Amino acid sequence: MPEYTRFLEGSDRDLARAQTPAERLHLDLVLLTPILAIMTTGLFVLFSASDGDWDTVNRQIRNFVVGFAVLLLVAQVRIDTLKRWAPTLYLGALLLLLLVSFFGVGAKGAQRWLSLGFIRFQPSEIMKIAMPLMVAAWVVRHALPPRPSTTVTALLIIVLPAAAIATQPDLGTAILVGASGAFVVFMAGVSWWQIFSGALAAMVCIWPAWLFLLRDYQKQRILTLFDPEADRLGAGWNIIQSKTAIGSGGWSGKGYLQGTQSHLDFLPESQTDFIIAVLAEEWGLRGVLLLLLLYGLVVARGLWISFTAQTSYGRLLASAITLTFGVYVVVNMGMVAGILPVVGVPLPFVSFGGTSIVTLLLSFGILSAISTEKRVLSR
Amino acid sequence: MARTLDALRDTRREWMINRSRLIASVLAITIVLGVLVYRYYSLQIVQHDDFMTQSDRNRIRVEVIPPTRGQIVDRKGRLLAANKPTFVIGVVRERSEDPAALVDTLTERLSLTDGELKAFQERSERRRPFETVPIKLGLDDAALATVAVDLHQLPGVVVDAQLTRDYPFGEALSHVLGYVGRVSAEDLLELDAERYRGTLHTGKVGLEKRYEPLLHGKPGYQHVETNAHGRVLRVLEKEAPVPGKNLRLYLDLDLQREAVTALGDQRGAVVALDPLTGGVLAMVSNPSYDANLFVEGISYSDYAELRGSLDTPLLNRAVQGQYPPGSTVKPLISLGALARGFITPDTEVPDPGWYRLPGDDRRYRDWTLRIRGTGHAERVDLRMAIAESCDTYYYDLAHRMGIDVMAEVLRPFGLGHRTGIDTTGEQDGILPDTDWKRTALGEPWYPGETISAGIGQGYMLATPLQLAQAAMVLANKGESFVPSVVHRVDDLTVGGVQRPRIPMDEAAWQAVVEGMVDVVHSPRGTAAGIARGVGYQIAGKTGTSQVVSIAQDAIYDEDAISERNRNHGLFVAFAPVENPRIVVAVIAENGGGSGAASPVARRIMDAWLSEASDA
Repeated sequence: MPEYTRFLEGSDRDLARAQTPAERLHLDLVLLTPILAIMTTGLFVLFSASDGDWDTVNRQIRNFVVGFAVLLLVAQVRIDTLKRWAPTLYLGALLLLLLVSFFGVGAKGAQRWLSLGFIRFQPSEIMKIAMPLMVAAWVVRHALPPRPSTTVTALLIIVLPAAAIATQPDLGTAILVGASGAFVVFMAGVSWWQIFSGALAAMVCIWPAWLFLLRDYQKQRILTLFDPEADRLGAGWNIIQSKTAIGSGGWSGKGYLQGTQSHLDFLPESQTDFIIAVLAEEWGLRGVLLLLLLYGLVVARGLWISFTAQTSYGRLLASAITLTFGVYVVVNMGMVAGILPVVGVPLPFVSFGGTSIVTLLLSFGILSAISTEKRVLSR
Repeated sequence: MARTLDALRDTRREWMINRSRLIASVLAITIVLGVLVYRYYSLQIVQHDDFMTQSDRNRIRVEVIPPTRGQIVDRKGRLLAANKPTFVIGVVRERSEDPAALVDTLTERLSLTDGELKAFQERSERRRPFETVPIKLGLDDAALATVAVDLHQLPGVVVDAQLTRDYPFGEALSHVLGYVGRVSAEDLLELDAERYRGTLHTGKVGLEKRYEPLLHGKPGYQHVETNAHGRVLRVLEKEAPVPGKNLRLYLDLDLQREAVTALGDQRGAVVALDPLTGGVLAMVSNPSYDANLFVEGISYSDYAELRGSLDTPLLNRAVQGQYPPGSTVKPLISLGALARGFITPDTEVPDPGWYRLPGDDRRYRDWTLRIRGTGHAERVDLRMAIAESCDTYYYDLAHRMGIDVMAEVLRPFGLGHRTGIDTTGEQDGILPDTDWKRTALGEPWYPGETISAGIGQGYMLATPLQLAQAAMVLANKGESFVPSVVHRVDDLTVGGVQRPRIPMDEAAWQAVVEGMVDVVHSPRGTAAGIARGVGYQIAGKTGTSQVVSIAQDAIYDEDAISERNRNHGLFVAFAPVENPRIVVAVIAENGGGSGAASPVARRIMDAWLSEASDA
């Protein structure tokens, strides 16, 4: 079926019937339903992970509410507007990132926060949004696929903030930010030989990065991955405990609120980065697969939005946001299961924490806007 | 520019690119997802048995060892607040096959009361998973041995030994020591939660509260290996807790008990101080309560009874009770007047039995007028004014001094401001002057009020401790110390802090003390009744204070009203006069007059001074 007929059919249908309230609010319910399901599941897991602390659960609900408010606002913004503001947002975020290196507020030995007196925030979170907006805006200046010169400048746009974030040091966020930019370049149609040579060059660069860029604790985490038993009570502790929690869950789990690993305080960070281990221990592989299915539905819908988006900009943005979301899930679940280094990436909508939830829902607001924009245009 | 470029775009080609890359993405996602699922499959299904064993076999846990609370002993080292080993039987629901049946078994074996079961249910509702919920508290060794020997073998039952606060002398010392109670959510707002991990009790009132940071100590930690049920298999590493510091009091247990006996059923308070240190030798407030009731949480009905009682047993009258000091302020006013030249020891005042302000018809009556129909004598000098508590003399003096000067001379004796004793809840009392009345009541001062203030009535209020402190100043002729219950914290002396000295002529002290000796030892003295058979010299001063009013809306039977409308009797004294060893202040609530208070003081002084001469 030729694509233009498909659009025409869609337009006809849209013109023929009245708009639902969700459409008027630019909300994509097919995208939001599995997200709500994940959040609900997440609250149950969090209740158990916090040893039945209602306060934590209530604060998480508040995070969700704030996140949805942001989503609702962003969904009303036109994609063109976002594109126009992308360079400003990107440069602003980059400036703040550099400021953080000099005036940042430390937490747990890392400088990630910028304090404005009344509010503290992480510029790297803004960069998570600004990055795909900017790279996409950059590559669609010319016809796709991008020319080599465009690709090289795009890579610069990606590497600069990613490196700044990595030296904060926050490897997890650096990976997410870098990935969101790289996905845009990939989706823009950079040829496969360029991708492979780029990957080769990156591998060559890893050696100096290991020497100069990575902090000791980051190296430790990567080394721990290969041999967790080497330091059982130190760096290996988290991995051993989380693997034990997951493994002892089996197919059907130990039962809700019955996880010994988490409730006897063996599992570290059980409310934040390692929360999937609580789910795996108490709900078993069944629960893990169910959660993966829900994440899969979100990703599938995101890719569908990309597929049906009207402009190249919208397509690039939608797929980059969706794939980055996938990276969140894979990196988190991979690191807790001991196949990826522990880099501090939360499990979306399940881990406790306001910042990542608001940023994620903001990006889903953009996705929602892209999804509903074609109907706006068709009027 | 952008528009031109867009026009040149090959939208179909761009869409094709997007489609092919989306297909590539879906492929990549499928592969990554496959790896992830395989990983979880291999952990949870293939290696499940290994990890289950590992999870079961466990493992190392950090446990808190709460510190032992410091003990409190009297001046001779007798234990007043001790740590008694008790046992708590608790239930962990998760570890029991059938929790309901387990609770039934325990109910039968421990003969639990309905109240205990109800408390257990309440605690169960707030518990976290795997938390031990106490079902029976405060079992001692013997009880544990008879009812609970093999209980710990039942799965889900935990028997924990712990030290609980015990006050062996109960009511006699509750007001001095205060008590500890369960750490509450509010307590944790002001306590360092880290230092109170594993600690169940904290000081709530009195010394227990005031010295909480010293009594508590510092918790220790141990790394223990436990099995899957959380039972400790062995201790790997241990950091011992630092026990709390012990308090040694100035208080003498025998004297305290003597004071309790001397007061008997009389509502009131006794404070006995050592004039050489300011140390509290005895401090009684009657009625009292049993501090042991509060340790494990007092039952609601018991607490309601204590709170609701008309006799206010929870009030520590010695430092919280505020009474009009009555004539006990006369020696203090006299000293101020001597120092400022309003009188000399020889100044004489005519006493017809009443006093009248110039230009005013109202008569202020001397207490003798009602009894004898006349005054103390035609002319009254200072010595007689004190010994016989002549009101007319002080009406005249008060009028000449004025309220502000009077307040100024009384303030150094400590009236109107808390003494700073090391317990909780101490009150300031009131030392009225024109400023005070304007601020507190928003009214000007009337001359008639100065007249009542001259005999310690009206707005003036003082705690028994403040009266004792003022008597200490008299006993030492100007020297005094901040009253203190605690002598030493471990080896560090905390008592005996000096107050500012009141400089005055020896002759002035002499004149006032002579009058106070006559109070007891002259046949016409107001406390002559206690002089019989006394083997040492006492300097004292009686007081009677009018009960102002009873709450209008309260309904009491007739007898109760008239009983509670009777005057309070007061007596302050020190002895021996030449070399004072003890200062006593007694208040007998609704005792009618000082006759209800002075014999109590005599008994306490007898006990203390005979003890001292024995030693």
